[in-house]
Amino acid sequence: MVRFEDVWLNYRRPGATSPADAPDVLRGLSFEIPDGGFRWLTGPSGAGKTSVLKLMVMAEHPRQGRIDLLGTDVAAVNRREAALLRRRIGVVYQDFRLLGHLSVYDNVALPMRIARKSEPQIRADVIELLRWVSLFDKQAVRPAELSGGEQQRVAIARAVIGRPKLLLADEPTGNLDDGQAERLMLLILALNRLGTTVVVATHNMSLASRYPAPLLQMADGRLTEDA
Amino acid sequence: MLERVDLLGLRGARADRLLPVMVGAMSFLAVLAVAGTLAAAGLAAHWRGNTASALTVQVTAPDQPAEGGGTRLAAVLRYLAAAPGISALHQLTPPELDALLQPWLGADAADLALPVPAVITATWNGAGPPAALAAALAAAAPGTLVATGAAWAARVAALTASIQACAAAILVIVAAVAAAVVGIATRAGLAQLRETIEIVHGLGALDSDIAGSFALRATLLAAAGAAAGAAVALPVLAWLASLAAPFAGGAPGLPFALWFALPALPLVAAAIGWGTTQVTVRVWLRRLA
Repeated sequence: MVRFEDVWLNYRRPGATSPADAPDVLRGLSFEIPDGGFRWLTGPSGAGKTSVLKLMVMAEHPRQGRIDLLGTDVAAVNRREAALLRRRIGVVYQDFRLLGHLSVYDNVALPMRIARKSEPQIRADVIELLRWVSLFDKQAVRPAELSGGEQQRVAIARAVIGRPKLLLADEPTGNLDDGQAERLMLLILALNRLGTTVVVATHNMSLASRYPAPLLQMADGRLTEDA
Repeated sequence: MLERVDLLGLRGARADRLLPVMVGAMSFLAVLAVAGTLAAAGLAAHWRGNTASALTVQVTAPDQPAEGGGTRLAAVLRYLAAAPGISALHQLTPPELDALLQPWLGADAADLALPVPAVITATWNGAGPPAALAAALAAAAPGTLVATGAAWAARVAALTASIQACAAAILVIVAAVAAAVVGIATRAGLAQLRETIEIVHGLGALDSDIAGSFALRATLLAAAGAAAGAAVALPVLAWLASLAAPFAGGAPGLPFALWFALPALPLVAAAIGWGTTQVTVRVWLRRLA
C-alpha cells in the first residue's frame, strides 16, 4: 500500500535556513493506493508528477505530512531500512539514468548485484529480460551506443528485474514506438496482475485511455482528481 | 561491497590517481622519522652506557699515610677493588697524566713539580648513589674526589627524549597529512561519481556498500604508495646510517627494530586510508536523501 497524508514538499535552495524560504511544489497531497493497485499519475509539465515519484523512492522527504510505502512509514526508517525498502521499488526514469561505464548486461544486473544475488541467478534473469526487451544481442554494448528507445528498454528491464512490489515509471513510453510501448504496457500490466503496485506518470492521456485505470490528476502541486 | 564488477566505476575515475604518490611521499618521511627516532635511541643508549659507566677518582697527596695504614692511594685502591659494581681499575701512569695536563700546562708539565693527584679510572655499573661512593672514598682518604658520568648521561637522555618527541610529532603530522590527502581524493571521487552514486543509492545500495567500495580502493592505493615510499627510503637510510656509523661506535647498518617498523608502514597507511575513506563517504552520503 502507498499512502500520502497531507504531504507538502519544497526544494530548499542552497544556503536557505528554513524550508519556508522555498516555494512548495506539492501542497497538501493525500491519496492511497492499495496493494496491487494501478494508478496513472497525470497532469501538465510542472504539475508535480516527478516530485511525487521522488517522494515514493525517498529521494526527497516531505516538508510536512506522512508517507507510507509498502506499509512502512518512511519517516520512521533508518538509512539501512530505507535502502532495503528501495530494493523493493523499481523505477523507470524519464532520463533512463543508466550507468555509462557498464554494459547493457551489467546495467540490468545492477539491482540484483546490489541485493547480493548469486551470479547464476543474475545471469538467468538478466538473459531472460534482455530477450524480452529484444536486447539480447546488445548485452555487451555500452548505453552510449544505443538509441533512445533501446536505452529506455534497458532502464525498464533494470526496473523490473528485482520483481518489485512497487513499480514507478516516469513517462516510460516517451522514447518508444507504438509496438514497443504496447509491449511495455503489457509487461507492466502483467506485473500488476502478479501483485505489483504500479504508478505510471504521463502526460499522454491517449496512452492512459487505452489502459483504463484510476487517475491521480495533478495541477500546480495539488491533486485535482483522485479516482 | 560493490567492487566485483566495479559498479561505481572507481577504476575509471581519475580523482585518486595521485593518491599513491602522495601517500608514498608521506611514507618516505615517516620512514625517516621512525629511523631517526630508533637511531637516536640506539646512539643515546650507546653514549649513555659509555658515559654513565665512566668513574674517575682523584686522590690528593697520594703518598701520604692513610689512617688505616699504608698510603692514601693504596687505601683508595683497596676500597675500590673490594667495592661492588666496580671493575677495570686503572691508575694513570705518569706519562698518561702528563698527556692529560699537556693541553693546559704545555710540554713542560712534568718539570713543574706541581702537586699532581693520583688519578684512577674505572668502570662503574652505577650500583648505589654516586654520593655514597664519594663519601666512602673520602673516609678512606680525605679530600678524594669522585666524578661519574651520571650528569652527562641525564643530559643525553633528555636530548634523546626531545629527538624522539620531535620524531613523534613528525609522525603525527605525516599521518594527519596522509589522512587529509586521502580525504581530498575521496571527496574528489565522490564529486566525479555523484550521478553514479545517486543511481546506485536509489537502487538500494547500503551506505556500507558504497563506502566499502571506496575504502577498498583507497586502502589498496595507500598501502601500495606506502610500500613504494618505504622502498625508496631504504637506500637513503643506508646512506644516512653510514654517515652516523662513527658516532655509533663504528657499527654500520640500520636499527634492528626498523625491519619490523617498515613492513608495518603499509599496514598503517592502509588503515588510515580505510578509516578516512569510510568516514568521508558516509558523511557525504548523509547529504543524499
